[in-house]
Amino acid sequence: MTITRTLMVALVATAAGSGAALAAGGSEKHPEHQHWHFSGPFGKFDQNALQRGYQVYETVCSNCHSLDLVAFRNLGQKGGPFYLDKCPEGFGDSIDCSNPNDNPIVKALADKYKYQVTDGPDDSGDMFQRAALPSDHIPGPYANEQLARLANNNALPPDLSLITKARSGGPDYVYSLITGYEDAPSTVEMAAGQHYNPYFPGDMAQVMKPEYMHDGHPVEGVSVPPGGVLAMAPPLADGIIEYGDGSPQTVEQYAKDVTEFLMWAAEPKMEARKALGIMTIIYLVILAGILYWSYRKVWADQH
Amino acid sequence: MSHVSNYKPSTGIEKWLDKRLPIVRFGADFMEFPTPKNLNYWWTFGAILAVCLVIQIITGIVLAMHYTPHVDMAFASVEHIMRDVNFGWLLRYVHANGASMFFLAVFIHMFRGLYYGSYKAPREVVWMLGVVIFLLMMATAFMGYVLPWGQMSYWGATVITNLFSAIPVVGESIRTLLWGGFSVDNPTLNRFFSLHYLLPFAIFGVVALHIWAFHTSGNNNPSGVEIKDVKKDAVPFHPYYTVKDGFAIVVFLILFAAFVFFNPNSLGHADNYIEANPLSTPAHIVPEWYFLPFYAMLRAITFDIGPIPAKLGGVITMFSSILILFVLPWLDTSKVRSMRYRPIAKLWFVLFVIACLALGFLGGKPAEGVYVMWAQIATAYYFAFFLIILPLLGILETPKPLPRSISESVLHKAPKLETSAAPGAPAAAE
Repeated sequence: MTITRTLMVALVATAAGSGAALAAGGSEKHPEHQHWHFSGPFGKFDQNALQRGYQVYETVCSNCHSLDLVAFRNLGQKGGPFYLDKCPEGFGDSIDCSNPNDNPIVKALADKYKYQVTDGPDDSGDMFQRAALPSDHIPGPYANEQLARLANNNALPPDLSLITKARSGGPDYVYSLITGYEDAPSTVEMAAGQHYNPYFPGDMAQVMKPEYMHDGHPVEGVSVPPGGVLAMAPPLADGIIEYGDGSPQTVEQYAKDVTEFLMWAAEPKMEARKALGIMTIIYLVILAGILYWSYRKVWADQH
Repeated sequence: MSHVSNYKPSTGIEKWLDKRLPIVRFGADFMEFPTPKNLNYWWTFGAILAVCLVIQIITGIVLAMHYTPHVDMAFASVEHIMRDVNFGWLLRYVHANGASMFFLAVFIHMFRGLYYGSYKAPREVVWMLGVVIFLLMMATAFMGYVLPWGQMSYWGATVITNLFSAIPVVGESIRTLLWGGFSVDNPTLNRFFSLHYLLPFAIFGVVALHIWAFHTSGNNNPSGVEIKDVKKDAVPFHPYYTVKDGFAIVVFLILFAAFVFFNPNSLGHADNYIEANPLSTPAHIVPEWYFLPFYAMLRAITFDIGPIPAKLGGVITMFSSILILFVLPWLDTSKVRSMRYRPIAKLWFVLFVIACLALGFLGGKPAEGVYVMWAQIATAYYFAFFLIILPLLGILETPKPLPRSISESVLHKAPKLETSAAPGAPAAAE
């Protein structure tokens, strides 16, 4: 039948078209898939990894990147890196350390944080600097965007609060970017302060040396390398951060820990969400079973 | 409601009230409404959609208590909801994924109406009210997506509002009115918030008319044959369809919950977790998935049509793709409602569904090369289906013989069940 044949032809053609579309794909390398503690419906954050990740953020990332949406108190809330079930030895019964505002670790982290908080105006009308409190949001390195750009070759280091949700590929992308720096290919002309990364979305055709390009396309035998250039230098190196728990002090471990911490920062209610989700699904499946049984029963006299 | 009322007020207060405001009678008649006994699961999406609307309104009202419609604070207030409001993450993820679920259900509901000819006499008004609801839903969803003030919110709003400037003479003024200024900015966000709060109640009103209309015409059904004998062909809505719809709603909610609790961001775009920045355009501006077929049609018109420039042509094509549904009842010339008995139309319908899915896929791809060509082919087929195929098929096609009644169609289709039914079992419609 002609219509059936037309239909088949159209189907095959659509399939072929979509295949070609996939092959045409993006111009940066696909992020390496990692196994994360928090993946899957039962996945949770690993508190030790979160603590190490906070240490990496505090030591390295926070030199350029803010974490505006996270308050110190969040670090001590349930599911957070420094949450305490009960107080350590030596605290009186009057203190509830599961309350993030009374959590001694959080208080100390806020008090000793590398940046202070601008507060005020005081009684004489002046703004002043003071140590952070658990209720404060984590202060960032720069007072404003202009200062941030001035310090970073006119590039703006993005806030990291939502970075694992704000990039296609999520935590895999963040991990791949941090660990994926390579020497720029010889076909590429790099400006000072620029770094090549095959995972960074960009257009490498823009920075190809002119002798390899012709009319905006690479000459024969040369291809445009994947990825892009960014102003951030490779941020990590083996051994730059001292871990207290004996975990390997490698770039891969640092990157994994800080990515897990940033995933927590972006989605601090993930554990509560998944726990409620499992209960909800169980409830709905049972309810569906009861309703299906009722449906059969009610309709029994109609068939 | 069209059927004979069987309600008898039994208590004194019911009798008193029945003479003054027969609201109990209204409810009782509603629940007893004679409904074709052969409705399949495709018919449960009406009830699913009602649930979706109620979920969106309830979560939306609570979200509005915590949201700040200001360009400097909107993004942060959404994150405040996610982090500091009790169960705020749940409210927001239910509301955001609820929009997707709403559209998933409405697309299935519309395809069902298309396949079973639910738009044909005497249900033209039911169908047209449905199209009005769909348009209102699109406007509501579009404005709601702007509220978090992320990059896709801002740039999506910019692209879509700019479309209106393609309209000759008044286009620029309409765009300025939508913006409340000369670009997407705080006044735009404020009016979108106001309208996003208003329109769901308009939808609610039109849904009431939609239900009233099909309670007057009666439900269509998979056989497309009208109820001949209420006792044999129909069952009261309650308990027969309350329990069946209830089961389907819960199964749908399982899918809904799987997204909300385990993949809450999978239907969204990563760029919307970046705060809106008028100075930085995202590499690809794409709308939410449910707008992609229409976006593909908009971008498929890459050529001028006579005096109509390509941009205006795209806008006209996009809006026509929905407006054409208003005249569908008069375009389809076949007297047979259900495509179950239309062997040729059925094939063209399958191709139509494929074209819609293909448009959805193409809308998410950059408008270049082979994608544009495929979008043009699919768009051409979309309109040809309504303007050429359905009008012609009604004349050319020989439909299969129709069953004489709904009960005959049920018994024919399932001879096994026929034997299991006790002969002379009391008709539950009573």
